[in-house]
Amino acid sequence: MVAQDAHAHAAPQGFIRKYIFSLDHKVIGIQYIFLALTAVFVGMFLSLLMRVHMIWPTAVLPLVGEIKPETYLQLLTMHGTIMVFFVLTTAPQGGFGNYFLPIQIGAPDMAFPVLNMLSFWTTFVAFVTLLAAFFVTGGAPLHGWTGYAPLSALTNSGPGEQLGADLWVTSIAIFCIASLMGALNFITTTLDLRAKGMTMMRLPLTVWAWFITAILGLLAFGVLLSAGILLLMDRNLGTSFYVPLVVVNGQVMGHKGGSPLLWQHLFWFFGHPEVYIAILPGMGVASQLLSTFARKPIFGYKAMVYAIMAIGLLGFVVWGHHMFMSGMSPYSAFAFSIMTMCIGVPSAIKTFNWLGTLYKSKIRFQTPMLYAIGFVSLFVSGGLSGPFLAQPVLDIPLHDTAFVVGHFHLIMGVAAIFGMFAGMTYWFPKMFGRMMNETWGRIHCLLTLIGTYCIFMPMHYLGMAAQPRRYSQFTEVAYLQHLLPLNRFITYAAILTISAQFIFLINLLWSMFKGPKASDNPWEATTLEWTTATPPPHDNFGGHTPVVYHGPYEYSVPGAPKDYVMQTDPAQVAAH
Amino acid sequence: MGLALLVVIWLITFFSTYFFVAKTWWLPHGVAAAAPWIDHQFALTYVLMGIVFVAAQGALGWLVWKYRSEANNGPVEYSHGNTKLEVVWTTLTAILFIGLNLMGSHVWASERFEPAQVGAVPVEVTGMQFAWYFRYPGADGKYGRTDAKLMDPSAGNEAAIGLDANDPAAKDDVVTGTLYLPVNRQIDLTLRAVDVIHSFFVPSFRFKQDTVPGLAIHMHVTPTEIGEYEIACAELCGLGHYKMHGMVHVVSQEDFDKWLAAREADKQ
Amino acid sequence: MATYSSTVPVQVPKTGQGGGGSQPPAYGGGGDSGRGDGYPDYGHRLRRARLGLAVLLAPIFMFFISIVSAYVVRQGLPTLDERTNTYVRDWIPVQLPLALLLVNTGLLAAGSVTAELARRQITRQAALAPVRSIPGVSLGQESGFPWLAVTVLLGSAFLTGQWMAWKELANRGFYLATSASSSFVYLLTAAHGIHLAGGIVVLLYAATVSLLHKPVEARRIVVDVTAWYWHFMFVLWVGIFALLWFMR
Repeated sequence: MVAQDAHAHAAPQGFIRKYIFSLDHKVIGIQYIFLALTAVFVGMFLSLLMRVHMIWPTAVLPLVGEIKPETYLQLLTMHGTIMVFFVLTTAPQGGFGNYFLPIQIGAPDMAFPVLNMLSFWTTFVAFVTLLAAFFVTGGAPLHGWTGYAPLSALTNSGPGEQLGADLWVTSIAIFCIASLMGALNFITTTLDLRAKGMTMMRLPLTVWAWFITAILGLLAFGVLLSAGILLLMDRNLGTSFYVPLVVVNGQVMGHKGGSPLLWQHLFWFFGHPEVYIAILPGMGVASQLLSTFARKPIFGYKAMVYAIMAIGLLGFVVWGHHMFMSGMSPYSAFAFSIMTMCIGVPSAIKTFNWLGTLYKSKIRFQTPMLYAIGFVSLFVSGGLSGPFLAQPVLDIPLHDTAFVVGHFHLIMGVAAIFGMFAGMTYWFPKMFGRMMNETWGRIHCLLTLIGTYCIFMPMHYLGMAAQPRRYSQFTEVAYLQHLLPLNRFITYAAILTISAQFIFLINLLWSMFKGPKASDNPWEATTLEWTTATPPPHDNFGGHTPVVYHGPYEYSVPGAPKDYVMQTDPAQVAAH
Repeated sequence: MGLALLVVIWLITFFSTYFFVAKTWWLPHGVAAAAPWIDHQFALTYVLMGIVFVAAQGALGWLVWKYRSEANNGPVEYSHGNTKLEVVWTTLTAILFIGLNLMGSHVWASERFEPAQVGAVPVEVTGMQFAWYFRYPGADGKYGRTDAKLMDPSAGNEAAIGLDANDPAAKDDVVTGTLYLPVNRQIDLTLRAVDVIHSFFVPSFRFKQDTVPGLAIHMHVTPTEIGEYEIACAELCGLGHYKMHGMVHVVSQEDFDKWLAAREADKQ
Repeated sequence: MATYSSTVPVQVPKTGQGGGGSQPPAYGGGGDSGRGDGYPDYGHRLRRARLGLAVLLAPIFMFFISIVSAYVVRQGLPTLDERTNTYVRDWIPVQLPLALLLVNTGLLAAGSVTAELARRQITRQAALAPVRSIPGVSLGQESGFPWLAVTVLLGSAFLTGQWMAWKELANRGFYLATSASSSFVYLLTAAHGIHLAGGIVVLLYAATVSLLHKPVEARRIVVDVTAWYWHFMFVLWVGIFALLWFMR
């Protein structure tokens, strides 16, 4: 690991070293972003097929053909797995984090560049392994991204539960290794490579978010790996970690004594920190952008840092709130529920502070800011359905209904995505040297904001009306019939909203090559990435090492010549 | 742009709140003893969260319009925050969230911490891919032995759950595909599953409990109105999850006794 | 022993300054060693590598602790006996080949000792390296007792011994899927063995890297980090062994 320092002395030559197996964190970051971009369009396509099937179960679609109930479940499983792992855990952290964490702390690269390169390619191998499940005999697994045993542990519990399920588990295990490699790099880099003057309390909130997210990943993915290994053993080696004596289709299976709840405990011990891994970077970006575009310091920087830490820490003790109905002890349910309500508090603090940042500010409505404002709205909406589900007694009618689907999609499937849109449009000029189109950005933002609310807010009503989740169609249960019109509305909204995403994609790709050239600091922002050239040189700062004199949010400092003071500006003593 | 955002955010807030308040799509009518308590806690939560929702979205919309850079609002307030304010709203939030939770917890305790009363009607619920079976233990009050090796869903209800006909306690067990319950009596449910995790969900009862292979989970419920109510499986269990449907018939004690006697007679 | 004139400045790489924020990166100019020729700050690199190792040990710990907690819960978990409709404990204690495992533990302990000796040996060599570069100075032969190689041998012997323990378990009728307890025994020993094998691979890398003439300071970092990893693997093994024996 030490010998790799040699690379820093000279930029690599040759296409392979420069773009394929690059050790440069900037290239690796872009590789992660493009992987996530591919994954998100695959995932969206799967969800489109799902929504269409729910409304027209007997339709025969072009290219895809007929969607049988098991196919629906296979689409659902792959949709969730692709989105959670290869979009939400990849782009915000591996993508933007990789690119900008070193620059924002004043470092020339990550601590272990070879490990960084390996972490990307391992993620890539995991992605290919997952997609391979579609193409093997039996197809992709149908057990949901949560993979509850015994459904996921028995090879005859349904179509896709043979090789497809093994590929699914293997892909996740590979992804665990990749994530752990990345987490190691992020943590070591943040602790050891900060430039002179960059104390922990001068770090941009994006860096804090990436740092705490990496710690969450470090501690959570090891547990998912063990869960996956136990599952592979039950599936293939005849062990009974998760499977008690069961009879499938009249056939007594060879397992006995295992506990299905063990899978749930191990999975959700990982799964809950995972959802905070998905949202914390977006919160960091929102904080960064709200301050920058409102020309005002972030309200309560210290509180924001403590809130991120509290969310991270508490995130490890609330996993049981996914298991209130599972057969777990009701006493544990009570304990988990109190902790879950507690975790709502730091999230609320962050929301108050975002609003406080906007108060008495001077807002510039460029596209990144629009997405950041959208993030706050979506986070509030998605977050407030949490206290319903956090109470076990209310979880009784709401668990496993569309209410839960609406809750987590508003937070993960929209707010976190808005965090990515915001990050992409904000950092695009620095990464590619050009500006994205403002007009189309605004159109995309508003269409997506309205569209996603139209898709996911109604799911709360459906959930209250007791519509279960993961139903491929509603033809068999009488009380679901009157909910069909609302489901149809959601499907139409989904078709329109998914179509609108092509606006973003085209804007992105076109602007990469044809967008107007960007200056070094088009947003007049203060953090270190805006002090260097656009795009940054190989060692990020062109030979010199930055020295930091101020915190990251010194906007509208009284007495300063401009309404922003860069972190590296030695002259301004009034700024903190 | 500030005005556009204000309008969009406020309209979204208005329409979302409208459908909650109008109860256009709402929880089904509750017909179990626990339902009023659960519904009361639900109402409390949604009113409080609704207020926070409207206030937060309203503030967001107003702030982005009021402090748009084109407006003449005076200089930007260079402030790194207000610790007193932080403490105040943190404390209020904590009291709200934790208080709400503690209020709901006594309902949870009464539902789940205590076993069924003596004299409750015992029924065993068994879930399997993709049907529900219900077993009444009969006059002896004991469930007969079941054996995994005897399970054969194609050979009738008793065979589906693997009832061992040689066990004397099994002779009076009645197994049906429809659940009959007497009104206003507490039911002592034993929930089981044969293959994968299912979930016994009766929306009208405000009742849900996962049925887990390897576990026999005891729950109680007291239906309070005569009628027919649907059961929907609420845990992904395979390709037939969407059609793992059942019916609960809540009838008078008299009708229940008659029905059960008729089923027992059928067995002879 | 080396002798040198007191007028010849001896450059010992400084280990970096403290204070808020770290020094600028340890390579590529601005180096704190004062030599101004881009001489890498190996002291800082060592600290960074040790930090990386500490971070790496956290998820390894989480991985094993999740399996251990599954073991503990499973041991106490009664399973539903459907014939009697009651819950019974079905944990079967595994007959571990205690003597063999104790020998293996001894091998691993010895490996920890030799790894530590290798670590200290190369630390001395690295400390003396700048002296060695002074013209006219001779410190004698650099190589000493091959502690590194011995560690690799002991580690391999441990793994061989574990394999033999598996064979003995099979002889006693305990295969992977025989019981929950046997599944855990195989899983925990296999997982530990795989992690140890990783350590052996890194040690082999450290050994071969010396043949590639990498500077001794760079090799020292690899050996240092691997030795600490080795100690962790030893402590982990003791924990696993204690669990499997005392809570069998």
